[in-house]
Amino acid sequence: MAKASAKKTEKTVEELSYEEALTELEGIVESLEDGQNPLEESLNLFERGQALVTHCGALLESAQLKVQKLAGESLISFEEDPE
Amino acid sequence: MQPTLFSSIHLTVSQLTFRIRKLLEGDLEMQDVWVEGEISNLSRPNSGHVYFTLKDKNASLKCMMWKPDAARLRVNLQDGMAVEAHGRLTVYEPQGSYQLAVNLIQPKGEGALYQEFLRLKAMLEVEGLFDPEHKRSIPQFPKKIGIVTSQTGAALRDMLNTIRRRLPLARVILAPSPVQGVDAPPALVKAIQSLNHQNPEVILLARGGGSIEDLWAFNDERVVRAVANSKAPVISGVGHETDFTLCDFSADLRAPTPTAAAELATPITILDLSRDLLSARARLNDLTLNLLAEQKTIVSSITARLKYVSPERQLQSEYQHLDEFSRRAFSALTHRIQLQASNVDGISKRLQSLNPQGILSRGYAIITRKDNGAVVSKTSQAHGEMKVRVSDGEFEINRKS
Repeated sequence: MAKASAKKTEKTVEELSYEEALTELEGIVESLEDGQNPLEESLNLFERGQALVTHCGALLESAQLKVQKLAGESLISFEEDPE
Repeated sequence: MQPTLFSSIHLTVSQLTFRIRKLLEGDLEMQDVWVEGEISNLSRPNSGHVYFTLKDKNASLKCMMWKPDAARLRVNLQDGMAVEAHGRLTVYEPQGSYQLAVNLIQPKGEGALYQEFLRLKAMLEVEGLFDPEHKRSIPQFPKKIGIVTSQTGAALRDMLNTIRRRLPLARVILAPSPVQGVDAPPALVKAIQSLNHQNPEVILLARGGGSIEDLWAFNDERVVRAVANSKAPVISGVGHETDFTLCDFSADLRAPTPTAAAELATPITILDLSRDLLSARARLNDLTLNLLAEQKTIVSSITARLKYVSPERQLQSEYQHLDEFSRRAFSALTHRIQLQASNVDGISKRLQSLNPQGILSRGYAIITRKDNGAVVSKTSQAHGEMKVRVSDGEFEINRKS
């Protein structure tokens, strides 16, 4: 638990990948469901959860498939042929 | 030269042609025959039937294919193509011609390839390369998807469009490789191996449709083994629904087409993610609202308990006691007063009965001596001046002895 909260402070919500944000969001919901936190901490969790929801939503909205190509053992960007 | 009546027969054209037809169509071997040759004069009129001529060095054979059979063709017929055609020999009487009514066409050599396919399949099967227990599970939400296919084919475009539509959050790494010809198998093997160094969560091995020869690289033993040995699970999507390659058997999952492979690689779509996110948000809000409501309940319950133990309540109870006492005191007092009143009444009645006035009113009189006021109750005392008291007053008398 202490390790998890230490990890949380490392990154702001905006820096999280979708998977990281989603995992943390799930953790927050579970923790709230557990109902063992002091009220103030619960409200903080709620605020963080809301920020995570917003962040995830924005990531889904703006997601663009990234395509790369292997050239030998290195990756280069791949330009698709226009249809 | 005049033909003799008895050595020859006379027939109409129809009769002769009918006879030829009987000869040809009565030959059962000619009703189920494979003919090998090269296609020429290919024609596809609007009727949907297909007409062509099969040729070899020394001969040619008219062929036709009825629309339903033509629609089932898996090869794209072209002039000059070497094929094996299966059908039955028929006679077209109006033109006096015979033709092969074709129902199946396969590229020349396919039969041999198919034998090789079966041999290799049996061998690898015995080796355990296709065993179900070796199949790895396909990830539900891959972040990195590898693709092995031709850089220029429609298959790649179809797959990228499918992944873009379903899971644009993913990252695709393409390992381009030729997918047909003699160079294809080693290139495909290398592409699968190099791609594995990038640690994709799943690899799509795909190629668009084609003849069995076009797809042959995916039956190459080296490629089939590379698929089985891939670190990342492999989904094969080679050709069409009806095409099966050995890679389909050694892959962890077989998709009927490249597009289907891309769909199977993205079981969870962005729609699912959006829906999950909405429900997570709803849960978050509900939980917090519940939490606050709970706190409110706790506060109001504490308030109620506080009220119960507050001094105010004690005071109230004291007041109640006082009231009770006061009520009891009053009632006791009233009782006593009533008691006293009835006593007074009794005494007054008794007093009344003792009042001499009462006797006087019945006609008795009280006589007292005037000198000392003593009551005269004996004749010896009745002399001199006396007072006589009657009910309404008194008068004096004087008795002379």
